[in-house]
Amino acid sequence: MSVTYERRLLTRDRGAGLLQKLWLIPWSFVLLLCAVAAVGYVALYSAGGGSPEPYAAKHALRFGFGLVLMLSIALVDIRLIARLAWLGYAAGIALLVLVLLHGNVGKGAQRWIDIGPLQLQPSELMKIMLVLGLAAWFQRASWERMGNVLFLLPPALMVLLPVGLILKQPNLGTALITGMVGAAVFFAAGTRWWKFALIGAGVAVAAPIAYDHLHDYQRARITTFLDPESDPLGAGYNIIQSKIALGSGGLWGKGFLQGTQGHLNFLPEKQTDFIFTMIAEEFGLVGALTVLGLLSLVLMFCFAVALRCRHQFGRLIAVGLGTNFFLYVFVNVAMVTGSIPVGGVPLPLISHGGSAMLTTMLGFGLLLSVYVHRDAEFGAAQD
Amino acid sequence: MRFWWRPESGLGSGKPGGSGFRGVRREEERRRGVFTRRALLLGAGQLGLFGFLGSRLYRLQSEEGERYTTLAEENRVSARLIPPPRGRVLDRNGQVVAGNRLNWRALLVAEQTQDVGATLETFSRIVPLTEQERARIEREVRRRRRFVPVAVREFLSWEDMARIEVNAPDLPGILIDVGTTRLYPEGEHLSHLVGYVAPPAERDMDGDPLLELPGIRVGRAGIERHHDLLLRGRAGAVQLEVNAVGRVIRELDRREGVPGQDVQISVDAELQKTLRGRIEEGTSVVVLDARNGEVLAMASQPSFDPNVFNAGVSAAQWREWTRNRATPLINKATNGLYAPGSTFKMIVGLAGLEARVVTPGDRVFCPGHLDLGDTRFHCWQRHGHGSLDLRSAVKLSCDVYFYEVAKRAGIDRIAAMANRFGLGTDLEIELPGTRKGLVPTRAWRQAQGKPWNLGDTIVHGIGQGFYQITPLQLATMAARLATGRAVQPHLTRSVGGKPARGGKPEEWPSLGIPDRDLKLMREGMWAVVNEPGGTALGARLPASLGVMAGKTGSVQVRRVSREQRERGYKAENQPREWRPHALFVAFAPYDNPLYAVSVVVEHGMSGSGAAAPLARDALVEVFNRFRAAPGPRVAEASPAEPRR
Repeated sequence: MSVTYERRLLTRDRGAGLLQKLWLIPWSFVLLLCAVAAVGYVALYSAGGGSPEPYAAKHALRFGFGLVLMLSIALVDIRLIARLAWLGYAAGIALLVLVLLHGNVGKGAQRWIDIGPLQLQPSELMKIMLVLGLAAWFQRASWERMGNVLFLLPPALMVLLPVGLILKQPNLGTALITGMVGAAVFFAAGTRWWKFALIGAGVAVAAPIAYDHLHDYQRARITTFLDPESDPLGAGYNIIQSKIALGSGGLWGKGFLQGTQGHLNFLPEKQTDFIFTMIAEEFGLVGALTVLGLLSLVLMFCFAVALRCRHQFGRLIAVGLGTNFFLYVFVNVAMVTGSIPVGGVPLPLISHGGSAMLTTMLGFGLLLSVYVHRDAEFGAAQD
Repeated sequence: MRFWWRPESGLGSGKPGGSGFRGVRREEERRRGVFTRRALLLGAGQLGLFGFLGSRLYRLQSEEGERYTTLAEENRVSARLIPPPRGRVLDRNGQVVAGNRLNWRALLVAEQTQDVGATLETFSRIVPLTEQERARIEREVRRRRRFVPVAVREFLSWEDMARIEVNAPDLPGILIDVGTTRLYPEGEHLSHLVGYVAPPAERDMDGDPLLELPGIRVGRAGIERHHDLLLRGRAGAVQLEVNAVGRVIRELDRREGVPGQDVQISVDAELQKTLRGRIEEGTSVVVLDARNGEVLAMASQPSFDPNVFNAGVSAAQWREWTRNRATPLINKATNGLYAPGSTFKMIVGLAGLEARVVTPGDRVFCPGHLDLGDTRFHCWQRHGHGSLDLRSAVKLSCDVYFYEVAKRAGIDRIAAMANRFGLGTDLEIELPGTRKGLVPTRAWRQAQGKPWNLGDTIVHGIGQGFYQITPLQLATMAARLATGRAVQPHLTRSVGGKPARGGKPEEWPSLGIPDRDLKLMREGMWAVVNEPGGTALGARLPASLGVMAGKTGSVQVRRVSREQRERGYKAENQPREWRPHALFVAFAPYDNPLYAVSVVVEHGMSGSGAAAPLARDALVEVFNRFRAAPGPRVAEASPAEPRR
């Protein structure tokens, strides 16, 4: 039944024209994204020393381009995306392999490849493709089936393969995030709770033991793994400067373009990893919480889409992409506030960087497609 | 194991998927139920973690921020930029031609005083400030960020400093600090080349925080402007903990800046000074190393003292400079535009040879004029030169011969050849604002809506007419004639100790002109200076030094009418500003060219009388200065007879 059912594809919006679909796009969400990108523009304007060059103007251009990309993807039928999901996953893996073979080394790791003027970080793209691939695998799985360990084995490999490839770059931070995004999809798809508990317990027990048995130089390697930007001498320097900036920002901030830490270059990477510090220094706690609030709204929208969607494929995508977005924001803000040691994660829609902007908007395009086609009919669950 | 979110256990064992439509629906609902619960759990968890971030920010910025709030009231973290020393400009022998000296000054940091106005009021009771100064200070305080110091008064005397220090408690926000200021030891001798520095204007603010520092200077002209970014360096910064009065308690952190790099230029400052001492107002001399285009000297009279710009130019001084008809601010060697006159004849000859409209043996009869319709074009030699070939035509500077060559070759071929020799082109020398000049073509004239007549071509065949050529381009032409390579004049020898490009002769491409043609022209130029009858016989070098080859020129600045000619026109009887300019181009030694020279003497009457002797003196000076030096090799001075 499965094949015929899928082939039928007769749904309410099948005949919906592009114009009707445009009407279905949640424009308030698009407006929300514009607001977040505008925050990015203002912050990058300041990071550029009070000038649209060299960051802010490019940021606006990239966001405009990403907006067009997002809206175009939003109009693509979700079932077409479901059928292409495997292809996307395979392409993501191929790019990861390519980056290992021919990638550019940056800060001690092979991370990106040049495609014309664009620098692509395949690990960013992979997270989205992984969500697509897992959602495609789980879309028909019933509750019973989710209890079958053999059924869970292939998707587990689907997660472990890219995680392994990203580890090899080496980039532990992104590998961890990728694993967590995969775990979130597994969880939402209905994997039994005790399996997570078992794996979690196993890791919790094994990690310290393993760490204890390591040599000093191996531990140091893990530390640099966790925080690739730090050299042993300058460890913690960035975080201290970031904390001074946050603290001296106070409740209302020093004012636009008045941040001493940022403008005098005490703040490292102020246009990428530490853009949030820049905002918090110049606009204070009020500004920082406002930005966090806006980002929370984006996250809430992701889950609202998941709950309203009537097919499992869309739900899993929405949860997976929402979790991905959450992890970006959480890891970045937790890093600049000195809560966790991992580094090198940008703040989505706000940090300077073309690759991240592109993949973020690609993800939101998929999310909007889920929303627009939330009532599309897929095959039912099966064992 | 059972958990509260597990769906009703009764359905767990069935196989709803296989039991028809109702089973499918049930299974779907169940799956959705599980998903909804788990998604809500995930979403709530994630929002909760955002909440944790919020609380963390609250703690850092508000609670722990009290630590910083205290700093804001009693002690504060203050960041200051450390200006890097500006790079020096050295001449080719390492002599400093633009350096730095100390400058004690009083600064005002706005964030360290409650009331800027009151502080300034107190300050002006100790060291008087004019209304204008106070207006400028208040303007800058408003414009800049509050932690950036603003210069209140520069170049303080010891007395003023002592008085300020004694009154420091009454002067919150005022601090005394030592900065540097630019010093040009050679004064006006190199100002056209080295340029000068001045405080940055609004339009210079390119985001470099350095430019907001008090007392900082940016290059405004010449090398100072061309290499401004290299000379400027990058600012360092210190993070200081200061108390409410502005006293530094401790240094928290320091970022080192990058000092500006030294730039060495190819000019010999002593040679430049000697040459400038010899020339009068309205004269420019350019000496190039013919092999690689290095500028050895470039003198233009009159000039100005660049040190004046440092402290600001007074209105009266500026008026004097800009109203002076001799234009001291303008480097005539690069921005003075002249017709090349007879110095252009080699170009016409080469254009004719290349187009094969004339051969070295072609003879033309010069009766003293050339008639075209009812217009008569005169040769400078009223009685004519008789029959002569190309070599003698260069030697004697016969106008009629070149009228004829130009007529045959056409203006566009001549213009193309001129461009190849650098005339009317941008030579890309490191002096901003250098003029490109003009070499007219048929298309250029037609773009003005006027036809190009054969008569125009004839006039342009002897370097008169619409041409606008700079002395630098003339020297470049001489260097290219001498070497056959497209050398470009340049000033930069090394930056930060690393040699600049263009120093080796092989780096310059060949002009692609047959050696035979170039040789003929060089022979003609040799004859100008060294053969009886040549136009500049009096300017030959002392035999012990070497042999010079050159070409004279003089250009009318006003048209001479037929009437005047008939009444016996004599240029020397005209008022000075109507007299023709005198020009001379040369290279030496003849058999192994090392140096190229151009001289332009405004209203100097004749090239042989006014310009050629200056070129000779310049070359004598160059030979004397460089013979001992290990750098440029001087060929054995043996006057080689050119092959006939």
